[in-house]
Amino acid sequence: MKLRRSMLFIPGNNPGMIQNAGVLGADSIILDLEDAVAVTEKDSARILVRNAIKTLDFYNSEIVVRINPLSTDFGFEDIKEIAKVKPHALLIPKSTTEDIKACDDILKRIEEYEGFENNHIKLFPLIETAYGLENVYNIIKASDRVEGVLLGAEDLTADLGIKRSREGEEIFYARCKVASACRAFRVDAIDTPFTDLNDYEGFVEDIKRAKSIGMTGKAAINPRQIDTIHDVFAPSKEEIEYAKRVMKAQEDAKREGKGVFSLDGKMVDAPIIQRADNILEKARLSGLL
Amino acid sequence: MINAVSKEIPEYIEGYGKVKPFEGAFKNINKAQKTKVSLNCKSSFDDKVIGSIEEVLKKCGLRDGMTLSFHHHLRNGDYVLNMVMKEVARLGVKDIKVAASSIFPIHEPLVELIKEGVVTGIYTNYMSGSVAQAVSLGYLKYPVIMHTHGGRARAIESGDLHIDIAFIASPSCDNYGNINGVEGRAACGSLGYAIPDAMYADRVVAITDNLLSYPLCPIEISQEYVDYVVKVEEIGDPKGIVSGTTRITKDPVGLKIAKLASKIIEESGLLKDGFSFQTGAGGTTLAVAAYVKEIMKRKNIKGSFAAGGITGYIVEMLEEGLFNCLFDVQCFDLKAVESYKNNRNHQGMSASMYGNPHNKGAVVNMLDVMILGATEIDTDFNVNVTTGSDGFIMGGSGGHSDTAAGAKLSIVTTQLIKGRLPIVVDKVTTVTTPGETIDALVTERGIAINPKRQDLIERLKGTNLPIMSIEELKSLAIKMTGVPKKYENNGKIVGVVEYRDGTVIDVIRQVQ
Amino acid sequence: MEVKRIAKSGTFESNDIYIIVEPKGDEGIEINLESIVMKQFGEQIKKTIEDTVKSFKIKSIKITAKDRGALDYTIKSRVETAIKRAL
Repeated sequence: MKLRRSMLFIPGNNPGMIQNAGVLGADSIILDLEDAVAVTEKDSARILVRNAIKTLDFYNSEIVVRINPLSTDFGFEDIKEIAKVKPHALLIPKSTTEDIKACDDILKRIEEYEGFENNHIKLFPLIETAYGLENVYNIIKASDRVEGVLLGAEDLTADLGIKRSREGEEIFYARCKVASACRAFRVDAIDTPFTDLNDYEGFVEDIKRAKSIGMTGKAAINPRQIDTIHDVFAPSKEEIEYAKRVMKAQEDAKREGKGVFSLDGKMVDAPIIQRADNILEKARLSGLL
Repeated sequence: MINAVSKEIPEYIEGYGKVKPFEGAFKNINKAQKTKVSLNCKSSFDDKVIGSIEEVLKKCGLRDGMTLSFHHHLRNGDYVLNMVMKEVARLGVKDIKVAASSIFPIHEPLVELIKEGVVTGIYTNYMSGSVAQAVSLGYLKYPVIMHTHGGRARAIESGDLHIDIAFIASPSCDNYGNINGVEGRAACGSLGYAIPDAMYADRVVAITDNLLSYPLCPIEISQEYVDYVVKVEEIGDPKGIVSGTTRITKDPVGLKIAKLASKIIEESGLLKDGFSFQTGAGGTTLAVAAYVKEIMKRKNIKGSFAAGGITGYIVEMLEEGLFNCLFDVQCFDLKAVESYKNNRNHQGMSASMYGNPHNKGAVVNMLDVMILGATEIDTDFNVNVTTGSDGFIMGGSGGHSDTAAGAKLSIVTTQLIKGRLPIVVDKVTTVTTPGETIDALVTERGIAINPKRQDLIERLKGTNLPIMSIEELKSLAIKMTGVPKKYENNGKIVGVVEYRDGTVIDVIRQVQ
Repeated sequence: MEVKRIAKSGTFESNDIYIIVEPKGDEGIEINLESIVMKQFGEQIKKTIEDTVKSFKIKSIKITAKDRGALDYTIKSRVETAIKRAL
């Protein structure tokens, strides 16, 4: 299990921010060649990000590169240049099934040419259109490389012609749909970033809401958001305590030769044990155990 | 000769005299003597208010070779030093030594006076801007003598630094020489650094733009020390004196460093009821205060005091009951000035009470934790805050060495690299503070604990803090930056760095 | 390869380097460098620029560089970008 609670966007043409990205504690770093880079600097950012990945140490953060949409002149150039330096994954904006298949295909050829192991470079579709959202199941299915989906609510609501709100009622359906499709393939569901840096309470509520629906992580647009995201996605003390008791009850039952057992008067079955195991693993990775 | 921080120091320095080498931070502190003060007493027939600076200079008997002192509470908004020195130059006097507790960019006019030989010597604790540059380039006749805040008080009280005339920039002053810093348009709060000057100079002149009738209330520097009072138009620019607010950094790397530092404090065993604490006013060190505040609140810890230069942020901690009291030698922002004026638990301290090693106990000795900065730190934990790695003077100890020596836990917080410069190096360009008084170095890429603090290393073993050796930190930095070209310099000595006890810890050489 | 026109890359922000490349009448690599870390790293920066130029097999070029403390990976990137823009 690898924790992917936070994915932090870093502008792809800013050397100062890129060289410090690895110390900020994010589970993933998204080096952004798309929205954060002016059209006139796309070449410059692409070269900078390529050299950064080749040279710099990002410590425990995995490196994901958001390329430009395949529908633009820049998208394929980005893949060709960036795949050579083996990032962990590419984030594909405005993803469609066709895009993911196309990316899969190019990556396969690059990997063969460069002598990389097959399927080394992973993919994260960015779901930010109604078309993409309705196809999210097939998008994930389109390539074995898909490790997670990122929901982009700003573009999605623009596409839908509706307003973004602090409470996010308008993206309830999108979150449910993405979370469920991701769960179907056992991949990560990464929630849209929260953009108001001054609204701390709104931010915490937003992460909690996403978590309660089944999103497994959240994108961040500012390093200050990372700790809060980790705190909310960390298993609670109660969850950890309960998980420990489940595991202990299971051991006791094994020792006593019981196949079926109960805890607090409730039957404990395989899903509950699996869940307890997951929580303890997560707690361990988060440094809580 | 080689001193205790392995620096080659001459036995005699032209324009300074015989050198006492630095022997160790705690080697030279048991016995001391204070000097005699000669004074001109006043009777009920005498009037202290004098019409102009020129006149007061004549009354004080200004002549070639004298030492004039100034204090830096008006910081980069100070008009007093320039105003007085202009008159000194106009009177045709030469060979003056300026003893200013700090020198800022606003004091640029000094450069001309240095070149003309009006000013031939400088004593200071901190120096930046064009004066620092001119001194680095060798324009000053004698080497600048760099003190610490506590060391300056020691030098004045012992007679090592004899002041002929002290000028006290006075935000408020009455016609009999009582001074405070809390009223007037140039209000700056505490006047702690000026107190040794007032007590030990031969003549003391209050320069004020807010002359009030007798008696002033409250009094910070009293009439018993002050010879003359001169009223001027303005003593300073309020914008340069105190900032409206001092802010916690938003830089994510600074915040990361601050968080790591706060975790060391939490794990150190010192963060409990009665905790005492000092930080500077920089954004990162303030962020340490913010994280420490969170921990204190969460664990319901009530500290005893915070000290030093005081910011609004520390005032908030006092007001929230996290500390019983503040010791304030200088206010950094308006909120601190306001609190110093109104809150009885926010008390002033003199530079001597703050950090002088040769009195009967300074406040720094009672500090649990001190948060410090660094321009460079070497693998022996020696810190440079005096010169850049290009050899130019750009700062000075201020209270750095004093608090490092006093506090139970001195933590240096800094980015591992700034621009392309590695901050952890083999040998610092100039030693300001000896490594034996530094306990921990916190950077965004790792923490190094001074090997002499085995107890602390043991304590932190079970934690998930990224602890490594300082050599490892150095290699991490070099891996990113490359090895900087060593700055070799055998030029003439332009500065003498005195440790707080008056021994010489390093010299500064002319930039080629 | 040949530098055909003036091209620029990079910014004046800290940790970055601003590069201007232009054709040069005669053969040779001419580098004019300003840097905030000139004393400590001036020679290394020039060498990095020169090596990057040579990797493109360029024999004649004039480069003006204003460095604000860039690391090597940034210097290489900015020089590469400027050269590609000038071809």
